[in-house]
Amino acid sequence: MQYSEKVLDHFQHPRNVGEIPDASGVGTVGNAKCGDIMQMFLKINDDEIVEDVKFKTFGCGAAIATSSMATELIKGKPLAEVEQLTNEAVVEALEGLPPVKIHCSVLAQEAVQAAIADYRAKKENKQKEEAPKAE
Amino acid sequence: MHVYLDNAATTKVLPEVIEAMIPYYTEFYGNPSSFHSFARDAHKGLDDARRTVAKCLNAANPSEIYFTGGGSEGDNMILRGVAQAYRKKGNHIITSKIEHHAILHTLQELEDKGLATVTYLDVDENGLVDPEAVRAAIRPDTILVSVMTANNEVGTIEPIKEIGAVCREAGVLFHTDAVQAIGHIPMDVQDMNIDLLTLTAHKFHGPKGVGAVYIRKGVRVPAMITGGGQENKKRAGTENVPGIVGLAKALEIQTGNLDANMKKMTALRDRLIAGVEERIPTVHLNGHRTQRLPNNVNFGIRYIESESILLMLDLQGVAASSGSACTSGSLDPSHVLLAMGITHEEANGSLRMTLSEFTTEEEIDYVLEILPPIVQRLRDMSPIYPKGGVE
Repeated sequence: MQYSEKVLDHFQHPRNVGEIPDASGVGTVGNAKCGDIMQMFLKINDDEIVEDVKFKTFGCGAAIATSSMATELIKGKPLAEVEQLTNEAVVEALEGLPPVKIHCSVLAQEAVQAAIADYRAKKENKQKEEAPKAE
Repeated sequence: MHVYLDNAATTKVLPEVIEAMIPYYTEFYGNPSSFHSFARDAHKGLDDARRTVAKCLNAANPSEIYFTGGGSEGDNMILRGVAQAYRKKGNHIITSKIEHHAILHTLQELEDKGLATVTYLDVDENGLVDPEAVRAAIRPDTILVSVMTANNEVGTIEPIKEIGAVCREAGVLFHTDAVQAIGHIPMDVQDMNIDLLTLTAHKFHGPKGVGAVYIRKGVRVPAMITGGGQENKKRAGTENVPGIVGLAKALEIQTGNLDANMKKMTALRDRLIAGVEERIPTVHLNGHRTQRLPNNVNFGIRYIESESILLMLDLQGVAASSGSACTSGSLDPSHVLLAMGITHEEANGSLRMTLSEFTTEEEIDYVLEILPPIVQRLRDMSPIYPKGGVE
């Protein structure tokens, strides 16, 4: 398996590993049976900026590197921009991935999207809870 | 430090083997089928090699040894050949679920073409085939039983002598894929009731691309590769004389050093197993603890995935393997581990380290030093690793 220097760098020195206890949104994708699980934690502020992001990944070298790169690409960015993150952008930033590992970048994109969906669902619930009080 | 622990994949060629091969490239390069002195010298190399291999396997006669292009070819030749030659008796073949793909994929194809009906025997949690299960599976139309001598992933040594005895009693041919076993544990085709056997040179410090099959006298295996009359018309094509000479030389050396090598490797293997179990929590030794190849260590390491362990090890100079198909891009974990009842999740975290007689105690200790922090780092990154660690 030939990985780029960038992939090996992110694998050996992954950025933003860990959890955010009071995360605004958490997304978990994949399953252990398939060999990859990615968990993405987002801290989103009132201006809808992704203030902080952390990840945990069970998987191969490419799975760890794509998670790490995805966090770098979205950290400090407005949510509207983060929503546009594609797996291609992750692959490009990593200077390529072996063809059999492209699915890892898809998983990274899905993990970010799942975390955003969780954030929106939580926000909606909160608004619903607060709505009767406003009447 | 560079540590090679992938000897089940392939081994380094012994210098004495290369030395024995060279004259067959530079001096005795004649085609053994030609009519002149160059051919006679080459032919003598072939004859000597055949005698040596027969002796190392305790075959009754050198004419029972046929040289091939390697292990997968040998398995194909025997399975396809027996299915064809014995089709009047029947087409039922018995094998195990943990065979090499050269056996399993070939049998699958024979089944798909309607040329064989196959029974795949279960194994126990250690990867052992039960000889009584073989007995129970034999039918009047059974033509062949094929069970490997030792498993390539987990190193479990099968009770092939007992399985061979069951086959003899029932009048069914017995084949064993001995690719991982030859040159590593004692083999005796007569004592072990073996009718057919496959071996390949590069697993015991010989060259790649050359192997042999043992076909007991009287057993019919037609040619798979046709053309010339080489190998008693069972395998056409100009013989790989240097390779065959190298195979025989390597087997002769490894058979001569068998006891010493087994003793040395078993000690190193057990040092590695004990060290891993002592230093890393929640690991599981895959395969049988004692009925095991002297050079095989295979651990299931929970909560993390094989490839990331291999990559970390590789970055620190250690070459190992997962024993699973992950790196091929397939999401299916090892069929061997699954057959042994190991879960998908655990099978995804398998680490195989296979030794040779060149492995040193310093190398084992180096692995024991770098492996625990690698595992801990990856576990700390893993969302399925229990918070606060494991006991």
